[in-house]
Amino acid sequence: MSSHAEKPAPLGGPLVTPLTVTLAGLAGIAAVILLIRFIFGIGSVTNINDGYSWGIWVVYDVMAGSAFACGGYAIALLVYIFNKGEYHPLVRPALLGSLFGYTLAGASVIFDLGRYWNTWHIFFPPWAQVNSVMFEVAVCITLYIGVMWIEFSPAFLERLGRSDLKKKLSNWMFVFIGLGVLLPSMHQSSLGSLLIVFGTQINPLWQTMMLPLIFLMTAITVGYAVVILESCLSASGFKRPFEADLISRLSLVMWWFLVIYLVMRTVDLAWRGAWAEAFEPNVMATSFWIEMAGFILPVILLASPAARRRPDRLLISAVALIVGTLMLRLNGFLIGYQTGAGWHYFPSLPELLVTIGIIAAEILGYIVLVRWLPILPKVEPVKIAR
Amino acid sequence: MSTTRRQFLQGAVASGAALSLGTAPAVQARPNLTLPPKAVGLLYDSTLCIGCKACVSACKESNNLPPEFSTAENLWDTPQDLSGRTKNIIKAYKEGNATQKDREVDGHAFIKHSCLHCVDPSCVSACPVSAMKKDPVTGIVTYDEKDCIGCRYCVVACPFGIPRFEYDKAFPKIVKCELCNHLKPGDKFKYSACAQVCPTGATLYGPVDQLMQEAKRRVALKPGSITRIERGRVGSGDIYEAKLTAQYLPRVYGDRELGGTQVLKISAVPMEKLGMPELPERSFASVSETLQHDLYGWLALPAVVLGGLVIAAKRTARPDDENEA
Repeated sequence: MSSHAEKPAPLGGPLVTPLTVTLAGLAGIAAVILLIRFIFGIGSVTNINDGYSWGIWVVYDVMAGSAFACGGYAIALLVYIFNKGEYHPLVRPALLGSLFGYTLAGASVIFDLGRYWNTWHIFFPPWAQVNSVMFEVAVCITLYIGVMWIEFSPAFLERLGRSDLKKKLSNWMFVFIGLGVLLPSMHQSSLGSLLIVFGTQINPLWQTMMLPLIFLMTAITVGYAVVILESCLSASGFKRPFEADLISRLSLVMWWFLVIYLVMRTVDLAWRGAWAEAFEPNVMATSFWIEMAGFILPVILLASPAARRRPDRLLISAVALIVGTLMLRLNGFLIGYQTGAGWHYFPSLPELLVTIGIIAAEILGYIVLVRWLPILPKVEPVKIAR
Repeated sequence: MSTTRRQFLQGAVASGAALSLGTAPAVQARPNLTLPPKAVGLLYDSTLCIGCKACVSACKESNNLPPEFSTAENLWDTPQDLSGRTKNIIKAYKEGNATQKDREVDGHAFIKHSCLHCVDPSCVSACPVSAMKKDPVTGIVTYDEKDCIGCRYCVVACPFGIPRFEYDKAFPKIVKCELCNHLKPGDKFKYSACAQVCPTGATLYGPVDQLMQEAKRRVALKPGSITRIERGRVGSGDIYEAKLTAQYLPRVYGDRELGGTQVLKISAVPMEKLGMPELPERSFASVSETLQHDLYGWLALPAVVLGGLVIAAKRTARPDDENEA
């Protein structure tokens, strides 16, 4: 178990820095806009309309936001299911990112729900409508957020000095780890299935029965990308050594997932005869290629073992994958969606500021918690002075 | 820690099962729903419509909806489209000099937009909280704001763009035609207000099977023939003789679109020109629900996958946690 020698420890350090103050400011602006939204209605701050009733508060905050929060899921899959123990140091930081991403994605749903005070109806008969893909998504995401807090609780219990409770919990942790892999598999695929009932309103580039698998595969690969990005950024931001061995091996796992994904996507488009749509002179085709570039670029950039050890290539690949994953969701739900002539949507400034505020809150929470709780692997002082 | 081949394979099996969620074999496809026994609906005949918009006005009165202004004087209720304040609207098609009614080229025509009350509605399938329901007897697609969470999945899902949302309200709701399902004996309107007030019988209310017969009878008629047109509802007895000038297209819109709708439309100008979408016969709801049932029917697949995952996690998680404690 030598790979686990680096036990997680709080980073310490200042909580009030120019960065954290800026992030708190952005979150504050979002809070003010949301106050206006709750008093005067969603239309007072957003550009959503009856032709595009789902804007970026749904498609970014929930769809993309939860996919970007799949680091914990993707790493748990590797460590606990494929028994790759060497990635264990990545579990806690990845899980923290996921915890924040999902909790905020879940909470931000409330901002978008018109009749939010009825939200609880989803979980109870006679309201619960099990044929609805939305029902499945809502139940699974809610359960997963709960499971993640339980998975993460050892870090809190350590801080609170409750090792007795922690030990009890750890005896049953495998059940929650199992659920923590099952639930994201279910709802990340279902986020794709949401599109199926839209039928021919979705361009054939994105309307396929493979949607669940397409969304699931991209959620897992972007999970690895986010872990790689977090590792690159915390190496520079917190002045920690770059975990080159671990990250380069992880990037190979991601690389294979990507290759399988691209083969699947290509064959599916060919099978349905949808490739012609990709060469139409329109916005949808352009957007499709931006999406695809996000998945193809990392495959090229990370093809050799030497390339997978280069932080610049890893960083660019991770960002490309994040863009590709975001574009897939924007394309499926907004750019590739047409419900009739004459409808337009582009997010308003306040609408964008809310999304930015949520991202800021996420980063802020991450910084505060890694400084306060044992999350990142402890690093010997000697290593830091390089 | 090194991975044994056996452990790795166990992981591979568990995850493979999880990953194959999207490709599980179809257990039993959920077919299109069928027309309820006493389904009621509307027949809208574009060639009879004179664009007077009495139906738009009556709909507002019957549903207690406020006016929408689009002229400078703010005097007249002049909605431009369906909205949170308008459940029924008449739109005009114009081409070229627009002189002749019911002609595709250099002509004009009217079309009524309101809920089609699909036989297998996407909105009902999409709604996570049963706020959208299809009446098992009349087939009317109803909405109850008391149940609704305002997620607007119905708004996005409907291929006809029917459900609308009140974006300008702090406590909004979905707004859509419910075929005046709320009317009680003694009310001013006895059945769908739009049909009751239509002066030409362009909008006719009645049982869907009888409306379908009437639609098929009309589209078979030739220009110049004289025919009896009933006003209001089927069986009202309010009949007049009309001389047809337009040439009907041999199509009843709603006979098979997404498995059929309870509001039927006939016209002399192609439906796509009038803003009605071309749709396949298999309902989107049935496609979506077949997939959901394959994946989550009786929670069988998730239970099997969870079993595999928990077994894999039990073998891998314990040593790690002991190590940490």
